Amino acid sequence: MGFLDKIFRPLTRSEPWGVHPDERKRPASETPIRRLPPPPLLYLPLSQHVGAAAEPIVRIGQKVLKGECVATAKGNISAPVHAPTSGEIVAIGPITAPHPSRLEMMAITLRSDMEDRWAPLEGLADPLARAPEELARRVAEAGIVGLGGATFPASVKLGLGHRSRIRTLILNGSECEPYLSCDDRLMRERAGGVIRGAVLMRHATGAREVRIGIEDNKPEAIAAMRAAVDGHADVQVCVVPARYPMGSDRQLIIELTGIEVPAESRAADVGVLVHNVGTAFAIHQAIDLGRPLVSRLMTLNGEALAQPGNYEVLVGTLVEDLLAFAGGVRGEPARLVMGGPMMGLLLPSAKVPVVKGCSGILALSATEVARDEPGPCIRCGSCTRACPVGLLPLEMNARIANAALDAAVALGLHDCIGCGCCAWVCPSRIPLVQAFNHAKGELAAHERDKKRTDATRRMAEARSERLEREAREKAEAAARRAAERKAQKAREAAESAASNSEGAPA
Amino acid sequence: MLVAVSSLTVLGAVLGVLLGFASRRFHVEGNPVVAEVEALMPGSNCGQCGFPGCAGAAAAIAGGEAPATCCPPGGKALAQSIAARLGLDIDLSAVADAGPQLAVVTEDICIGCCRCIKACPTDAILGGAKQIHAVLHEACTGCGNCVERCPTEAIGLKPVPLTLQHWVWPNPARA
Amino acid sequence: MSPVPTSADDGALPALPTLAASPHAHGGMSVAQVMQRVMLALAPATLFGFWLFGWPAINLFAVTIGACLLAERFCERLMGRTSSLGDGSALLTGWLLALSLPPWAPAWIGLLGGFIAIVVGKQVFGGLGQNLFNPAMVARVALLVSFPVVMTQWVVPQPLFSADAPGFIDSLRITAEAPAHPDAVTSASLLGHSKTELARGITIPEALASGPQTLFDWTGLRTGSLGETGTLLVLAGGLYLLASGIIRWHIPAAVLAGIALPALVGHAADPARYLSATQHLLSGAALLGAFFIATDYVTSPNTPAGQLIFGFGIGILTWIIRSWGGYPEGMAFAVLLMNALTPVIDRYCRPRILGRRRDGRALEPTPIDNTGGA
Repeated sequence: MGFLDKIFRPLTRSEPWGVHPDERKRPASETPIRRLPPPPLLYLPLSQHVGAAAEPIVRIGQKVLKGECVATAKGNISAPVHAPTSGEIVAIGPITAPHPSRLEMMAITLRSDMEDRWAPLEGLADPLARAPEELARRVAEAGIVGLGGATFPASVKLGLGHRSRIRTLILNGSECEPYLSCDDRLMRERAGGVIRGAVLMRHATGAREVRIGIEDNKPEAIAAMRAAVDGHADVQVCVVPARYPMGSDRQLIIELTGIEVPAESRAADVGVLVHNVGTAFAIHQAIDLGRPLVSRLMTLNGEALAQPGNYEVLVGTLVEDLLAFAGGVRGEPARLVMGGPMMGLLLPSAKVPVVKGCSGILALSATEVARDEPGPCIRCGSCTRACPVGLLPLEMNARIANAALDAAVALGLHDCIGCGCCAWVCPSRIPLVQAFNHAKGELAAHERDKKRTDATRRMAEARSERLEREAREKAEAAARRAAERKAQKAREAAESAASNSEGAPA
Repeated sequence: MLVAVSSLTVLGAVLGVLLGFASRRFHVEGNPVVAEVEALMPGSNCGQCGFPGCAGAAAAIAGGEAPATCCPPGGKALAQSIAARLGLDIDLSAVADAGPQLAVVTEDICIGCCRCIKACPTDAILGGAKQIHAVLHEACTGCGNCVERCPTEAIGLKPVPLTLQHWVWPNPARA
Repeated sequence: MSPVPTSADDGALPALPTLAASPHAHGGMSVAQVMQRVMLALAPATLFGFWLFGWPAINLFAVTIGACLLAERFCERLMGRTSSLGDGSALLTGWLLALSLPPWAPAWIGLLGGFIAIVVGKQVFGGLGQNLFNPAMVARVALLVSFPVVMTQWVVPQPLFSADAPGFIDSLRITAEAPAHPDAVTSASLLGHSKTELARGITIPEALASGPQTLFDWTGLRTGSLGETGTLLVLAGGLYLLASGIIRWHIPAAVLAGIALPALVGHAADPARYLSATQHLLSGAALLGAFFIATDYVTSPNTPAGQLIFGFGIGILTWIIRSWGGYPEGMAFAVLLMNALTPVIDRYCRPRILGRRRDGRALEPTPIDNTGGA
């Protein structure tokens, strides 16, 4: 296809990836951040991050102060959990997870004493003079995870930067998801903290430059960040076009540096690290003030909501309490979503806690989620045009519908980032993302089963080997004993013969 | 006439030589399929399929005497990989796959007799004489051999609990 | 202690929402909306054709579409499926077929054509989205091969309300009668006339000069199918589809280029044997084919590169069949031939996946340049 490619590339390159969904960020984005008071009960899931679940270090009945660690990281990729307010631990057990599966997850329940008293905090003095490892350790201790929604432990990513020579640190302030505006508000109101976080992260990763990517639909945030950046020569605010999914790592890296991250590699492999602006702010709080990650900004939005806006919410607050504080919902929302409308997770109910990675809660009305029944694919190719990765969603979906998962993988299923552009444009309303999620999950389950079967075989082999060895040893021991007995007998015989012969001449 | 006869003769000879060469060149010793299927099996020889060990089951599956779905510990995943290897068309929805299972010891009634330990094909049960036994979840295949041996019915099979990490989105095409 | 919210605690919980994956918002058009836009784009040319050929053309149009809708519903009943007439795809198939038929063709042509299009062309493959060939073109080719006389009998335009035009009652007789009504002043279309004359050894310029006035006319007052006469209105409709994003430029441009390039060369080399590019583009429903038929989503490739290959193939084949083949028109055959190649084209024209080379292997990581200043 080489020569055809050369002929056609100029003709076919013009197609831009992605989609332009209705933004619907206003009026929420125009209201200042409000702080939610501590709710009576907080539920702190032990697994709010990618990696192993944290391990509780508190007992039921124990009194804790705000910011005190209640569960420590377990293993290399994990993050601790801190008490978001002062109070008493009342339970450690399963709660309904903020996840569409309706399954349960382990959590620590904290009853607030309504005093909201901080534990003694200590910031790191002169952090830019410290070793990068020390900053990373502080970040790890503060339980900071990627606040853009990926929830990968931030310290691991910082350490990664240290190992693999980072040139550019990108701060992701694009916030391309419709409805959400918490990063926008953060950059408008707390630009100084974000920039400070960026400087600290640059030091921790050894990056040469910092680029902050902000979509051109946030002029106020761009202005505020430009003003705050003044004086930092190697921190640069870059305006990127508003287009979904601009906030996806690979897309943003191409937009800001021109580097295309190879498939199956990490951004760090090409000398780039991407962090969310919220993560930068949290790192500033952790290092300069010693505050662990116990609260975050969230956008409450959706037509069913009385007062859309941005709120600073303690991690572990029930969605129910949050909605009540925001004026409640009008009628019954058709759908509660955690995150943005393009990639967010459907919530099973309002009785689930918000977690570190939650960038917003959407209470969508029936008209907002109204969708026709899925119809047959008419092969219009809209999904192909929308896909930011260059996949053929319609072909992959056809394979998955026929349970030919391997064929879907051959078409690039593992390169799918699940952004939802294809399902958003599909005129037949085919739930493409669900099909891909299903296929990815099934493949992962197969992989697990295969590993398990292999492990079983190894153990069975080890057992039969052991049984053989034991039998052999037993046989050997028996043979040895028999030989010994024989030798004994021979010796006795010899002795008796000798005594006989001794006696003979006598 | 002569041309026709000679050309057919030559054609026959050439094709014959070709076939003979191919049979030598691509000669296969025994039936490799059985070995390949056996390599896919769990190898714990638990006997739930009713055949003498995994090798026996593999031979039966390859010979078409047993369905690809006959191995309970292997479950759906194994059935699928065997079907893919043998080019079989199987109906997975018909597989009575209760999902992966685990042996669980009821600690109150375990008398520490060690019988289950001896029966376990993967050494997944821990414990000594007169001590309460425990099952290593990572090693248990849910074959159920231990269940029959227990004199006090203290050991039983339970489905592996579904966790958030293992949950899979349902297929929208089947909904 | 306040109860911990678990799923077991369902007394207070409202009914669980139905499981749905992201995205939770939708954009873009629905299938029905897409079909409606295409019909809207076809409407001016169709109305012009109605005026030009009068009641018999309207009757045929109604019968063809009716047959398609009936056939669709019949097949869906047979397969126990719910009705999908609402998506408008069967209606559009009938519409396109009617535009490609001789305007005064008898009703049974439309009836048979509609059934062939839907049953043989679409439903036997599994319905919407599954068919390999364009249903309207399947029907047109089947009719053309089976009933060549009826399918090549064109009438001279007799506009509505003009003196010669048959009234509604007369038109029913014309539509009902087979094979053709004696009242109809038949004439040849441009492509048919030039082909038959060429076969008799008469050069094209002579044939055109001696032929009837209605062979070719820029305003569309000429013989031909509904889709052939109102060519400029078809073009306007096609441009509307382009502008509204229903279709993209690749297929129409490639089809027209595929016809025009060889036509230019041929005409320049031997004007006595080959029609000019303009005559090719404005005859035989070339524009209808380029904008409305070749661009059918289901039967055309998905990627821009594939669409260019597909379109150009249709264009070239059309010109070859028209110039050297047995039939005067080649669009329908060319479309069907390239439809057959669509899966192959799709197979070899996949887009490049981000972070991968075109052959599917991962890109080589670019070396990190950490030496330069920040």
